[in-house]
Amino acid sequence: MSDAGPTPGSQVDWRHDVFRILKEADVKHVVYVPDAGHSTAIRLADEDNAINSVVLTTEEEGIGYLAGAWLGGERGALLMQSSGVGNCINTLALQACTRFPLLMVVTMRGDWAEFNAWQNPMGQATEKALNLMGVLTWRADEPQDVAPLLHGAASMAFNGDAACALLLGQRLIGEKQWVK
Amino acid sequence: MGQVNAGGALDRREVVQTLLAGRKDLLVVTGLGSPSYDVMAAGDHDNNYYLWAAMGSAAMVGLGLATAKPNYSVLVITGDGEMLMGMGGLATIATRKPANLTIAILDNGHFGETGMQVSHAGLGVNLDRVAQACGFGWTREIRDMAGVEDLRGRLSSRDGVKLATIKVKAENPPRVLPSRDGVYVKNRFRAALGHAPL
Repeated sequence: MSDAGPTPGSQVDWRHDVFRILKEADVKHVVYVPDAGHSTAIRLADEDNAINSVVLTTEEEGIGYLAGAWLGGERGALLMQSSGVGNCINTLALQACTRFPLLMVVTMRGDWAEFNAWQNPMGQATEKALNLMGVLTWRADEPQDVAPLLHGAASMAFNGDAACALLLGQRLIGEKQWVK
Repeated sequence: MGQVNAGGALDRREVVQTLLAGRKDLLVVTGLGSPSYDVMAAGDHDNNYYLWAAMGSAAMVGLGLATAKPNYSVLVITGDGEMLMGMGGLATIATRKPANLTIAILDNGHFGETGMQVSHAGLGVNLDRVAQACGFGWTREIRDMAGVEDLRGRLSSRDGVKLATIKVKAENPPRVLPSRDGVYVKNRFRAALGHAPL
């Protein structure tokens, strides 16, 4: 950062920050179920020859994958939408019982200005469900918070063999336009 | 569907012992329940990673490991019920085509750990054909020990992702329990590959 003071949030490119921080954390595997909020990180991961970019059929596949990659000495991250957290619950036992670094980045639905109320039940339960399973959580609602919070989550995952999730709030991502 | 295809005639302990005989640097991941006991019965090993939960995850652990360690051969040994719970993982694995990964499904057509209820495999779902449809380069249904010997010969070839369903008897041999300390097994496995603990 320069000495010009804090960067105004509107000028922070948080979508690129997600990928930049994952690279700085030496992540070699980006595994994901797509979400529009993750599209920049997914595209950058796909384009990066040093990263194994793996699309999953369901989010809990990513927990097994990252456990295996860590057995082989490599770091990764799981990107998903809040609905996918529900799919992961039982499989989180794998992290709790073997303690490997599990870094997750979760784009929120059912969180703010949600048009599709069917997203609300899981969206409202996402952070509590993660906490119930022993996952440490942080939430970013402002663009300038994404990089420092993801850096913090990554460092606590990889320095602590912990499960850490950063939730990207729906206000950060923006209201989904259903009718154009 | 249609024809009942519930298991086969092979002895699961003999199958696993044969697959692992003479292993050198083979990395083995086991699905929860009987496959973990079968691999333990064949001999505990630093290169074994036993799952006790996270049903449906064994093949994906194998994919992550095979991707991180391309110069090692990785063998996932799991059951038909465990593989069924993570069947979407076969599609994911097929998109990655890890040349060093083999999945061996001990298919008894039943959920052996919970009272021998008939499984989808027992009701006619052929997991090897699912894998073939997903794009696995080599798939087999194995019903005799010659097929098991052939599979063992392919484990170290690292020439394409493979999956075999091995039709075994629906029976529960005496349990031989591996360690349930997941942190210990993880650290032991990683140490054998030269990775330090935290």
